[in-house]
Amino acid sequence: MTTAGRGIQSALEPAGMQAEKIADLWQFFLVVCTVVYVLVIIFLLAALFRRRPEIVPKAVSPRVRKAVIAATGLTVITLFALLTASIFTSRGIADVPDRAIQIAVMGRQWWWQVEYDDRDKSKRVTTANEITIPVGVPVTLHLRSSDVIHSFWVPNLHGKRDLIPGKNATTLTIRADRPGVYRGQCAEFCGYQHANMALWVTALPMAEYAKWLEDARKPSKIPSTAEERKGQDVFMNSPCPLCHTIQGTPANGKTGPDLTHFASRRSIAAGSYPNNRGYLGGWILDAQHLKPGAYMPSIMLEQGELQPLIAYLESLR
Amino acid sequence: MSEHGADAGSVHGAHVGTVKPLEDPHLKVAHNGPYRLPGDESLHKQLEKTWAPAKDRFRWFKQVDHKILGKRFIITAFIWFGLGGILAALMRMQLSRPENTFLSPDQYNQIFTMHGVTMMFLFAVPVMEAVAIYFIPLMIGSRALAFPRLTAFSYYMFLFGGILLYVSFFLNMAPDTGWFTYFPLASPEYAPGKRVDVWGQLVNFTEISAIAVAIEVIVTVLKQRTPGMSINRMPLYVWAMLITSFMIVFAMPAVMLASNYLALDRLVGTHFFNPAEGGDPLLWQHLFWFFGHPEVYIIFIPALGMVSSIVTTFCRRQVFGYTAMVLSQVATGFIGFGLWVHHMFATGLPQSGQSFFTAASMMIAIPSGIQIFCWIATIWMGKPVFKPPLMFVLGFIAIFVLGGLTGVMLASIPIDLQVHDTFFVVAHFHYVLIGGAVFPLLGALYYWFPKLTGRLMNDRAGHVSFWLLFIGFNLTFFPMHKLGLIGMPRRVYTYHPETAWGQLNLLASIGAAVLAAGVITYIVNALVCAKHGAVAGADPWNGGTLEWGTSSPPPHHNFTNMPVVSGHEPLWHAPEHAPVVTGLASQQKEVLITRAFDAEPDHRYLYPTPTPWPFFTAVATGAIFVGCLFTPWAFALGLPFASAMAIAWFWPTTPKKEGEVPEDDGSESSPPREEALA
Repeated sequence: MTTAGRGIQSALEPAGMQAEKIADLWQFFLVVCTVVYVLVIIFLLAALFRRRPEIVPKAVSPRVRKAVIAATGLTVITLFALLTASIFTSRGIADVPDRAIQIAVMGRQWWWQVEYDDRDKSKRVTTANEITIPVGVPVTLHLRSSDVIHSFWVPNLHGKRDLIPGKNATTLTIRADRPGVYRGQCAEFCGYQHANMALWVTALPMAEYAKWLEDARKPSKIPSTAEERKGQDVFMNSPCPLCHTIQGTPANGKTGPDLTHFASRRSIAAGSYPNNRGYLGGWILDAQHLKPGAYMPSIMLEQGELQPLIAYLESLR
Repeated sequence: MSEHGADAGSVHGAHVGTVKPLEDPHLKVAHNGPYRLPGDESLHKQLEKTWAPAKDRFRWFKQVDHKILGKRFIITAFIWFGLGGILAALMRMQLSRPENTFLSPDQYNQIFTMHGVTMMFLFAVPVMEAVAIYFIPLMIGSRALAFPRLTAFSYYMFLFGGILLYVSFFLNMAPDTGWFTYFPLASPEYAPGKRVDVWGQLVNFTEISAIAVAIEVIVTVLKQRTPGMSINRMPLYVWAMLITSFMIVFAMPAVMLASNYLALDRLVGTHFFNPAEGGDPLLWQHLFWFFGHPEVYIIFIPALGMVSSIVTTFCRRQVFGYTAMVLSQVATGFIGFGLWVHHMFATGLPQSGQSFFTAASMMIAIPSGIQIFCWIATIWMGKPVFKPPLMFVLGFIAIFVLGGLTGVMLASIPIDLQVHDTFFVVAHFHYVLIGGAVFPLLGALYYWFPKLTGRLMNDRAGHVSFWLLFIGFNLTFFPMHKLGLIGMPRRVYTYHPETAWGQLNLLASIGAAVLAAGVITYIVNALVCAKHGAVAGADPWNGGTLEWGTSSPPPHHNFTNMPVVSGHEPLWHAPEHAPVVTGLASQQKEVLITRAFDAEPDHRYLYPTPTPWPFFTAVATGAIFVGCLFTPWAFALGLPFASAMAIAWFWPTTPKKEGEVPEDDGSESSPPREEALA
């Protein structure tokens, strides 16, 4: 996790064109609103503590009347300025070229399915909870949901967009301008494990992205050691293939994440835990403990089956 | 009655409306208030007897007095407030550090839903209506609130709804899909069991209650103002409640419609919101927010009225810009219905339509701004007295203005897309709702406490509670702005250490403890002073509006002599011979009905007596709602029973014949007052 720490999921540290423009707009609003707030408080304090005559006149002072009218006028002007700035930013964000990389994202309770479409079926790539994109190129995400409403949000790149079941896909176009790894998270309450429905966006320079895509299109790695081969047998003879797909093997379940290049992912259970042997073992044996309510069942394994299974999964680069 | 009518003369043959001078203007600071003349003892006693509440063993089920029911309503709402606050404290404990296991996800989801449902449906709107039930008749110089039995019915519905919610919570079947209960998460497929049904029926309980009270308030304000209180002399609080009540009448049906579609989808198998069968989850969002956004102003506008009352009294002058204030409130009431889509910017609705809602959302800042400026101008020109009620108002301005400004930020679509459904929004609406409504409410209850109990709250404890609340509030909620901007979504039961949200969350949790200490201080102060506080007298703050013109607490009939007013703060500039109304019978519960705009006397209305039937009707209606958790047939089976109860409630009784009422009630047909006394 190279960039883990501050700012990996922050609207204040933009790494893309859209987030940048929104952050600028935010700064403008912040400055204007701070000035307004300070002025109101100054006038309030002055009104409270100003020196006043022993007997305050009953009549309404014309100066006060003028001040209130002026303040109202200023409010209207300020709001107009903010509204104008907001509309210009909206337009700026929407101003993206048509030719963009298209990626389909499906929200599911509680993980993200990611598909890189291609007219050539053999070149389609399916993965989960991680989106890899090239730097400096617009990417249009087609957002759909297979169950309840989710919301896609990677604050360093853009604002959020809901995924609504039964509707045409909503779209969100992003453009990362800095290479890096950015965290995102579902932002619409979607049930039990809404808190653990995260994803990672990796922005790579174009050449690295092309290489990544080429690798991702390959079927899964064939087990090379005896332990990995045993692990593959365990996988195929357990309930795993009912839900999971591994390209190049008979496993083609569709309800769980595609595991073809599982070992290349940084986390398991939609950003819940780092992808290492310890957590993976725990996840296989007792998913309900690590992420209560998740649709991943706890798997019963025979003695000596777990280590080969982990070895196999960790070999799927 | 004929000679009586001739005396009253002027209006439509009504038997009231004669005006006679108040002999001793100095009485306006007297213990019993200005509208009870020294010679009125016998009249006062007779009225007390006539207006006496039920006194038998089953009186709790029979009361129709707006003061008794109003107090009950306020106390009940505060009990739910306390429970909702405990739930909030539990959430803050869970979120005080990353990966905390204090609460399970299931518990957390129930608790955050319960917190929202409790505060919005069982506290915020009901408590504002409760205060109105108590104070509106007093502020407009009326003997009672219109439709008293309906008030009783509303109270029981409200009470039963809250009990339903908390019983289901303890049975582990509380709603867990958020107070907004979005579909399809709330559909039978993703929310099996009865949890969401509890939400739906709770909405029916509370909104029936809310609409009924709103109608009572509208009728009372428009038809029962004392003569002289033309519509342009109504206290700003009364204006606020009138506007709020109209908003309730238009907004609440949307959510009741939604909750009944919900019940149909879940019980009958319709598909209003089911996308798989052609339903539309966005229909739910439109219906919900068409209620949900005005709801915010329904909570906030009464608070504006309270602020105006307090500013007037503690700055010793009429609020600057009365007309501007009223028009601002009316404008807020209208614009409040044009904002709901700003809760849905992230759904990807067409951009041109969204811009309209951005403009409307920003526009609503104008009337709010005008009111803030007017209050500051009032303070500027007045002489502020730093008693706790004014402190709460100052806290309100400091907090609410900030919340309003973050509201302007949220109106901007690009900014909203970043911070929508994050802790930034949590911060924003707590600034608006706690700052904008709870602070004024606590200030107003402090201010009106002597009227409610006859005793004053302790000022030192009042100041302590204010500062604890103010500091605790800002410690809790200010950091949440930053949390939202650095990526923390709402409604998460936990978060990861790698997100760097831990410190600010810990700070917020510490703030919540300070905030809780403030609430406890305030409540203990109120409980202790209700029994042991300094005796207040009729008008301890030297207030100008009519509620201070009667004893504390008021007699059953509110005013022995009905005041006739000639200005905004009648007690401040009562003329030397402040007139009172005579001609209402003292041996029957008669209420003076006046005309909607000029408040000229119109006719007398015989007021209903205590009865248990509203209680039974509420029980029968409640049984239908609870039954509808399980089967739609409950409606068909229960309806005859509820109807029977309502028929008994409305069964006409023969009124006493007019001729049998002795005319000894200080009307014009009686001998002159001095002689009567002798």
